[in-house]
Amino acid sequence: MPSNPDLPDRAIHVDVLRSQLKRVRGLGSAHSGSGTWWAERLTSIALVPLTLWFIVSVISLEGATRADVFAWLHAPVPLVLILCMVVATFWHMEQGLRVVIDDYVRSDVLRIAMLLLSRGVCIVAALLCVVSALRLGL
Amino acid sequence: MHMVAFRLPANSRIKPGKTFAAPAGTRRVRAFRIYRWNPDDGTSPRTDTYEVDLDTCGPMVLDALITIKNEVDSTLTFRRSCREGICGSCAMSINGVNTLACLKPIEEVKGPVRITPLPHMAVVKDLVPDLTQAFAQYRAIEPWLKTDTPAPPDRERLQSKEERARIDGLWECILCFCCTAGCPSYWWNGDRFLGPAILLQAYRWIADSRDEATGERLEALEDPFKLYRCHTIMNCTDTCPKGLNPAKAIGAIKRLIVGRQV
Repeated sequence: MPSNPDLPDRAIHVDVLRSQLKRVRGLGSAHSGSGTWWAERLTSIALVPLTLWFIVSVISLEGATRADVFAWLHAPVPLVLILCMVVATFWHMEQGLRVVIDDYVRSDVLRIAMLLLSRGVCIVAALLCVVSALRLGL
Repeated sequence: MHMVAFRLPANSRIKPGKTFAAPAGTRRVRAFRIYRWNPDDGTSPRTDTYEVDLDTCGPMVLDALITIKNEVDSTLTFRRSCREGICGSCAMSINGVNTLACLKPIEEVKGPVRITPLPHMAVVKDLVPDLTQAFAQYRAIEPWLKTDTPAPPDRERLQSKEERARIDGLWECILCFCCTAGCPSYWWNGDRFLGPAILLQAYRWIADSRDEATGERLEALEDPFKLYRCHTIMNCTDTCPKGLNPAKAIGAIKRLIVGRQV
């Protein structure tokens, strides 16, 4: 289609469909994303019973002595469930933050920096919880 | 780098415009407040108000637009063709909801009818959005039958009734882009996210029993931005003037991609 020389530059918007196609194809498919999507769903499902169990447990420990809490966490099942909850919580948190950052941060540099920061904070926080639970429970 | 801006740039803020009053003696008057912008006159967008006599105008919002263009202001620019919901040309935002002007009865709108172009698309003029990117995205999903098996020499490729029924709710999409223009994920990342209309169209070919490129199609879609910016917000399904469910089609694509890994 010949372009109309009378049109100002800003009015040229459909002249070259081919370059539009190049633009929307971009760098092609990353062949990823499904793992994150699936893990989001699995962690959210797992967190329903784990969180309920944790809340009930904490309420039932009301008024317990320090020694009682140690004894409770010393049993394998509560310790393993606590570790599962911590991992699922921080994994889910990292996925949630990643969605927000991917959605709203346009600059590539800023986005990668924020993704690394959020992932780092989640990993460090999860490790703190894991080590604390192990020190109490073991 | 994009900075956060809390106000539109000065030349994009919508200013009050002209009012075209109904002739004296008109009994059933309805005001239409319509977004106007002309790229050639260098002015900011404005909202013009047209008072229309409903007794001499057809029942749909598109009828009012045609009446205005024919009888009041021939400079009002909008797309329309079939006036019966099959061409998808007259998609616009009517009182804040994307729909087809030809399928929207004026009586369903209480008070003044506010009309703006499809949101978050570049505006060509008045109510005409620039759909170049959306149609390029349509081209990018290769919306045609792909087969390795040659067609039978003497007849068309056959589908059973059940196979044919699997593309019901998909083939009816007319590419009006009401859903895509209503999707927040498309607003923020429309240059990379394909948007609900195109993903529904992609699923239309994935679900077609005659198409032999399902795996290739899924591979092209499996991408954090092209597909997974969809967070099942459901604006697409809410707004579709054809009553289709793009969110369901996108969910089906996501399940197929997981399904081939487990």
